[in-house]
Amino acid sequence: MSRTRTAGPPGEPRRVGYLYVLPAFAVYAAFALYPLLKAVYLSFWDWDGLTLATWVGLGNYADVFGDERLRASFGHALVLMAFFAVLPLLVGLVLAAVLHRAKVRGLSFFRTVVFLPQVVAMVVIAVAWRRLYSPDGSLNSVLSAIGLDSWTRGWLGDYTFALPAVGVIGTWFESGLVTVLLLAGMSRIPRELYEAARIDGAGPVREFFAVTLPSVRGEIAVALTLTVIAALKTFDLIYMTTSGGPGHETTVPSYEVYRQAFELGHVGLASTIGVVLTAIIFVISFAITRIGDRVTD
Amino acid sequence: MRVSTSERTLNYVILVAFAIFALYPIITIVVAALQSDAEAPGGVSNFSEAWDIGRFGSYLRTSVLVSTFVVAISTVLSILAGYAFGTMRFRGRDLLFYLMLLGIMMPAEAIVVPLFFDLQAIGLTDTFWAIALPQVAQSVAFGTFWLRAFFRSSSRSIIEAARLDGASTWRILWQVLVPLARPALVTLVVLTFMWTWNEFLIPLVMVPSNESLRTAPLGLSFFSGQYTQGFALLAAGATIVALPVVVLYLFLQRHFIAGMLEGATKD
Repeated sequence: MSRTRTAGPPGEPRRVGYLYVLPAFAVYAAFALYPLLKAVYLSFWDWDGLTLATWVGLGNYADVFGDERLRASFGHALVLMAFFAVLPLLVGLVLAAVLHRAKVRGLSFFRTVVFLPQVVAMVVIAVAWRRLYSPDGSLNSVLSAIGLDSWTRGWLGDYTFALPAVGVIGTWFESGLVTVLLLAGMSRIPRELYEAARIDGAGPVREFFAVTLPSVRGEIAVALTLTVIAALKTFDLIYMTTSGGPGHETTVPSYEVYRQAFELGHVGLASTIGVVLTAIIFVISFAITRIGDRVTD
Repeated sequence: MRVSTSERTLNYVILVAFAIFALYPIITIVVAALQSDAEAPGGVSNFSEAWDIGRFGSYLRTSVLVSTFVVAISTVLSILAGYAFGTMRFRGRDLLFYLMLLGIMMPAEAIVVPLFFDLQAIGLTDTFWAIALPQVAQSVAFGTFWLRAFFRSSSRSIIEAARLDGASTWRILWQVLVPLARPALVTLVVLTFMWTWNEFLIPLVMVPSNESLRTAPLGLSFFSGQYTQGFALLAAGATIVALPVVVLYLFLQRHFIAGMLEGATKD
């Protein structure tokens, strides 16, 4: 390569780029990309991590969808998505719209407070919520105080309510993030759009659907991507609150990866669950981005 | 915009209710951490008690070492890679970039199983490297993406001018672009620190038997297994684990939220 090419304007081919990219790519390839490929490879084997592996082809994949407990774990992940992504989106839209319209004071304080759950370690969050849900916790105290004694229970140990109880923790965790994202999006909407809507005689509700909602589609796509991925990856929350129980009412794919590989010694099957989980995350992220793009155009 | 008094009042009610909902579980922990029970003397001494019994000194030390290493190494590597991806053209650039982009979505759950057995085979499990290097890899994927967006949008004419002055690509990066990228870098550092500090699965799997290498969240989970009757010491331990990130967040929150939102909607 001649000197003049190296010193050319930006946009010119620059081989020196490889040198800059190399260190990051090497670490990434060794500790993320290669393990992912290895997981795909392992997913075709029956292996306990110690003795010789046997080739099972797509057998593990058949197990993931055939085994009742494993299939249920994907169903639970779907339920958690409603709590981690859909509910926070609804809460966030209402809150952000209200705050955006009213231009209330103390907005930056509010933003700081509702975002706080995002920075606290999930292990700490689990400790707090375990306490709230415990038989003598705040939730039951409130229920007793308003005369709903028959409703009190150990929420995380209840066959019917354990999964929604875990889900509510997710709603609590993600609502602030979504609200802050949407607030930022709404603050960029030009004032003229609202004035035009008002001249057309739009009330607050029509104004929301005609102006506010279409303007924050990009932010909605970002929020959904982040929260859906969080719902699918929630391992520490399950590990710390219910360990998948009672029975296997709250188990999720990420928890099954851990359990199958490190508690039961089914390394091939665990890898398969990890691969399926990754594929689902890729597809959903891609779909949300595509839909977001198309609507914005 | 004119809003009626009743609507205004209703807005504040909604606002306060939601703020309480967001804060309540966190306040529960802080309040409980100061109370006394069978094992806990109450007040601030709960923290020293939890510190000693729960060995949080050792856990925090590991967490500080791991987080510092991951943040420092991944930031430098991300600057280099983001710079090349953002300002240079070379064969295979887009392919390499999209491969790294996968790393942002790739769940730790998928890679932790093969990583554990490969690292075990070369004797790296139960070491610092087994916790730190996978997290460098994940942070580098995000950091490269983050800084590429910044370097791409940074003014071409600045780079052009620097080059006319005879600056090398290396000098342009460190003396011209990095100082301009400071807000983006601060956000990246806070995010990487927060994710690394709060990470649970990787330390749980990678350090099966070396107690001295447990990170703070991992230490808390073991502590919580032992303390089931008294909640005060557990709450004190939880506060100790959460505090470093919360303090950093409160200190930089204005800047941090702004930077995060800017990055989230860019590209």
